Amino acid sequence: MTGKVVTITSGKGGVGKTTATANIGAALAADGEKVVCIDADIGLRNLDVVLGLENRIVYDLVDVIEGRCRLRQALIRDKRLPELFLIPAAQTRDKSAVTPSDMVRLCDELRQEYDWILIDSPAGIERGFRNAIAPANIVLVITNPEVSAVRDADRIIGLVEAEEKGPARLVINRIKPNMVRRGDMLSADDVLELLAIELVGMIPDDEVVVISTNRGLPIVLDGKSRAGQAFRNIAGRLRGEDIPFLSMEEDGGIFGRLARFIRSGGD
Amino acid sequence: MNSFLERLFGRETKSAHQAKERMKLVLIHDRTDLSPGSMEKLKDELIEVISRYIEIDPDSVRIDMTQEGREQRLIADIPLRANSRRRVG
Repeated sequence: MTGKVVTITSGKGGVGKTTATANIGAALAADGEKVVCIDADIGLRNLDVVLGLENRIVYDLVDVIEGRCRLRQALIRDKRLPELFLIPAAQTRDKSAVTPSDMVRLCDELRQEYDWILIDSPAGIERGFRNAIAPANIVLVITNPEVSAVRDADRIIGLVEAEEKGPARLVINRIKPNMVRRGDMLSADDVLELLAIELVGMIPDDEVVVISTNRGLPIVLDGKSRAGQAFRNIAGRLRGEDIPFLSMEEDGGIFGRLARFIRSGGD
Repeated sequence: MNSFLERLFGRETKSAHQAKERMKLVLIHDRTDLSPGSMEKLKDELIEVISRYIEIDPDSVRIDMTQEGREQRLIADIPLRANSRRRVG
């Protein structure tokens, strides 16, 4: 078995890398794939809380790399999704505790046993980012439809190309359909035209994301949420399935449709 | 009231449109690492070099950066002077 390494990165912080890593990982595991998520944000660990596994950490990524434990001991198995594992980041160290070749070596070992190795990259373009993309087969760049996030995504896409890890694929997160309709938010098409790389997912802004991270439960386990569906679709596309993109319009039931009908002037 | 009327008649530019136009320019300069100032300098030097060989109208020279996908291209449009005749060696 030779697993694929997928690095999730963005340049700008706070656009949804960790949420995307947790949910794409959970969606792949729910489909029966064997998945390990690595939190590469050393010093600013968060993937553990988003996945609800924070109470089960004994060893971390730096312990494995520095040989204080065996790889197996640092792998935390998710009890709800038995095919999903986490290697948490160290919290009391910094990015310099790991090198790009450490990450390559670790992933080569994990590839033997896992179908997918998902790496949650730290923000920025320094060592942490280079560690995260060094072993990647596929790089997903996450952005929001806002000028600062789009600009940083463009920078990252260039750096991924320069490191010969390209072409990166794009995920546009936190799209607000109401604002797009009013002409007050860049549409997915606008962002795609600016960044000019392949689109692999669009995720509507959804309150369910905050609620599910509060609880430490991946959104993809919620069958009704549109954001959850969007993440499941990304997982499917990574597996090579041809899945049409979700419309960003939330349905909103009869009242939502009626309100839209009135706003659009009845056409 | 004014802005209300502008909105009513759709004259006010939508903020998303502004964002897109601004980003187009920002990304071109980010990707090429060429500031608008250096671009002007490049243009002046280009005009100077070409003028050594052929007569051109410096005011009508246009140099633009265009974008196709992630590929950047420098396009120079340099009209020759109408009365410029080839020198015969």
